[in-house]
Amino acid sequence: MTRVLTVENLTMAYGKRLLQRELNFTVNQGDIFVIMGGSGCGKSTLLRHLIGLKQPAAGRVLYGGIDFWQAGAEQRSRILRRAGILYQSGALWSGMTLEENIALPLQQYSGQKGTSIREIVAFKLALVGLSGFEHYYPAELSGGMRKRAALARAIALDPEFLFFDEPSAGLDPISAKNLDQLILEIRDSLGATVIIVSHELASIFAIGTNAVFLDSEAKTMLAAGAPEQLLAESADQRVIDFLTRGKGTRGAPTL
Amino acid sequence: MTRVGFNCDQLQDWDSLLPVMLQQLEACCRSRSIALDPGQLPHGVQQLLRLAQSTPVHLPPQPSAISPVGRLGRFTLETVARGRELATFSGEIILECGALSRGQTTFRLRDFWSFVQAAGAEALPIVSLISILVGVILAFVGAVQLQMFGAQVYVANLVGLAMVLEMGAMMSGVIMAGRTGASYAAQLGTMQVNEEIDALRTLGISPIGFLVLPRMFALILMMPLLCIYADLLGIIGGSLVGVFMLDLSVSEYFSYTRRAIHLNQCLEGIIKSTVYGLLVGFAGCFRGLQCGRSSAAVGEATTSAVVTAIVLIIISDALMTFIFNLLKMG
Repeated sequence: MTRVLTVENLTMAYGKRLLQRELNFTVNQGDIFVIMGGSGCGKSTLLRHLIGLKQPAAGRVLYGGIDFWQAGAEQRSRILRRAGILYQSGALWSGMTLEENIALPLQQYSGQKGTSIREIVAFKLALVGLSGFEHYYPAELSGGMRKRAALARAIALDPEFLFFDEPSAGLDPISAKNLDQLILEIRDSLGATVIIVSHELASIFAIGTNAVFLDSEAKTMLAAGAPEQLLAESADQRVIDFLTRGKGTRGAPTL
Repeated sequence: MTRVGFNCDQLQDWDSLLPVMLQQLEACCRSRSIALDPGQLPHGVQQLLRLAQSTPVHLPPQPSAISPVGRLGRFTLETVARGRELATFSGEIILECGALSRGQTTFRLRDFWSFVQAAGAEALPIVSLISILVGVILAFVGAVQLQMFGAQVYVANLVGLAMVLEMGAMMSGVIMAGRTGASYAAQLGTMQVNEEIDALRTLGISPIGFLVLPRMFALILMMPLLCIYADLLGIIGGSLVGVFMLDLSVSEYFSYTRRAIHLNQCLEGIIKSTVYGLLVGFAGCFRGLQCGRSSAAVGEATTSAVVTAIVLIIISDALMTFIFNLLKMG
């Protein structure tokens, strides 16, 4: 197993308000790594620390041994170019068509031009089941379609890392299941490593290979490991409560 | 040739261009009845190709060609629809004013005072700067002409009358259109995007009473005061040219100004500014509530609010000047 992302003694804070302290975990190549925990525990903030949107109060984020926050601007930009990010709201640029949304990172970094870019965009849209929607604006799509279009943009540059912030939020169970399946297939095809922020138990157990559990009261991580393993072996009642949806006893998760 | 296969022994790395090219090759082979065997391709490429072909292509509806008559018809219908929206909005405001007078609408005084603060005290710096400069410009342009006839002392009359009758009201109107009208459109447009206005409607709270009236009333209340303030500063701006360029004394300049201006003329400017306040508030709120559901739409609503407000200010100025002249002649 190759370690591709390591978080060491990471402390997150908003000003003087401590959010989480001393987070330590490792993400391996090909993992679908889930950051889980209750609302307000700092899952999305942790993701922002990993993708360079917020600087840690203390600690390190290492991409293949390179300390992201100590690296120069150019090196940080190179690391981020290897990452695709799906934001919770999709964050598609509303004034651009889907084709323009997906073409922008390609124009910026791929070195391709005109027709090649259009072909790659069409292919990426086909991968997420939106073939033929090139000239639609985000506002003309449903929530699930917007998420898939945002996924197409996230994979535009064939990233090594894919970050997802609550990918199933706001989706019906079938759309959420299809999106999980799509994430799995794209991970397998591109050989990417996936980091997901989620509190959707169905998704966590369906696709997660490893996970870390954050707690807002303890202000640190309470457990790390495969979701099934955490359910079976965790000694912490808060982790069990979360994974059994408050049932409080081990067994098959209540989904 | 009946079959195409692949030897990928030397393939070290690949990106999305490979499956894109393979798709084109596949289409080409299909058209020539040549079999394509993807079996030797890397597993990831095969999976991507399967995934890309797993959903049918969506065919967007083709826009039908429209004749010139059809275009004219569409334009007419759109214009009528826009007119109806405007009339509905105006009607809702009147009804809500009625409801407010009977205490039957949700009108938050705290909001109203914060809009008064934003449209009044917070606008003073920009109104001051623009008004003084307008006064200086008017005086300077007038002085150059009047000096030729030795009538430079009448610069005071020129600046005083221009500020009080037109420029004070109009400049504060235009400033407030760009500053406050745009801000109203952006605020309400963003609320539209975030479904906050829908939330008000479903709660049975009229967005007109709750959001529009406090903003419009704040502007209607503040604009006459801003106009008086702009008139004074414009006259002071003019006096700078009079004193430093034309060698008039301060008392002489203000004495000429006082003799040139009558109370009726001051009232004319104040009435105009009140109307401008109403129009700027109306345009900002109307465009904000008309806003679509995207960030681009908020930008369009803001631009549209400023343009609409300035056009309405100019049109209403022409109309009011005409009416005031008729009244004077009568």
